[in-house]
Amino acid sequence: MPKVSMTVNGRAVSADVEGRTLLVQVLRDKLALTGTHVGCDTSQCGACVVHVDGKSVKSCTVLAVQADGASVTTIEGLAKGNELHPMQAAFKEHHGLQCGFCTPGMVMSAVDLAQRNPDPSEHDVREWLEGNICRCTGYHNIVKAVQAGAKAMAAAK
Amino acid sequence: MYEFAYHKPASIADAAKLLAADGDAKAMAGGQTLIPTLKQRLAKPSAVVDLSGVKELGGISVGGGKVTIGAMTRHADVAASADVKKALPALAALAGGIGDPAVRNRGTIGGSIANNDPAADYPAACLGLGATIKTDKREIPADAFFKGMFETALEPGELIVAVTFPVPEKAAYMKFDQPASRYALVGVFVAKTATGARVAVTGAGSSVFRWKDAEAALSKTWSAAALDGVKASAAGLNADIHGSAEYRAHLIGVMAKRAVEKA
Repeated sequence: MPKVSMTVNGRAVSADVEGRTLLVQVLRDKLALTGTHVGCDTSQCGACVVHVDGKSVKSCTVLAVQADGASVTTIEGLAKGNELHPMQAAFKEHHGLQCGFCTPGMVMSAVDLAQRNPDPSEHDVREWLEGNICRCTGYHNIVKAVQAGAKAMAAAK
Repeated sequence: MYEFAYHKPASIADAAKLLAADGDAKAMAGGQTLIPTLKQRLAKPSAVVDLSGVKELGGISVGGGKVTIGAMTRHADVAASADVKKALPALAALAGGIGDPAVRNRGTIGGSIANNDPAADYPAACLGLGATIKTDKREIPADAFFKGMFETALEPGELIVAVTFPVPEKAAYMKFDQPASRYALVGVFVAKTATGARVAVTGAGSSVFRWKDAEAALSKTWSAAALDGVKASAAGLNADIHGSAEYRAHLIGVMAKRAVEKA
């Protein structure tokens, strides 16, 4: 059985996995990091987005063994103690969620965007979130939150 | 997913050896098509040979009127490459429009071409530009590479190493996205080259194909208006809940004109 070792939210972890074990299964089932959600399980909805070496990926479409040696950040890794990450704070402030199921993936995708583009336009945000689906139809406030969060991240640098 | 053995070779030679030794082993590039296929149990490989550890398959080089992209280069890296944007902006733009950002961070050019999905974007660039596909055994011109639905000229176990695109005078790609999947309902790549125009169509048929009537018209006059009287035939085109064959044929003309205007 392959062994996978990686850094998750700054902590070194390792687990015995099967070749077919998905990254999201390790995060949720072995590490109890259940903030990463599985929505569609078909690479469409983006609820499972995490960062692997700083880049957003759909963790339901990555094998755990592919993340061997990588640094993984999940939604649990953003806040500093009780202090929300600027993107999380922006989602709260702008009410960028209703049921909240898609939110972890939205936030992780948004952070990746903000790291590349500190001042995204509405169009930039909507295009970037093509792979993140919200079924409460909350996109309007999500877009506002992402724009505000990106600015706050740039200001905090 | 069914169980499989996992291998991560560090060289093309080792990867080829693993694939040659086991006819039921499957090569994995970015996995953005293979993993969903495995999850649906549509494939049952005995082993997955992960190519991400093979350094020889990476890298982008530009020069001498050519752009060469290593097979394992991610779509996001092609889209963001300053060299590609300068030399062949149509290719960078095409790569930046595949799937969504998370898919582009994993998916690769080699995987896309080897899979030859009838609605994939990269095959249109390969055929539209007359690219050369270099494998671990030979070099294959794009015109001889794409054989049919999910079918290529690759032999079992043969690995794509890199794709070389000749830099055209002008080129552009326009696609009409299927709004949920972001695959091309119809995508058209047009290129003006020293030897004439090339027009490649993806999404509309069972595999990417060249639209010769449009090439003839554009070779005479490179303008969207040159395509006014040129109609794509609906015969043999795809028809599904997203669009009839006639609708796709119409879209080919519309996308081709838009691409010529954009180039």
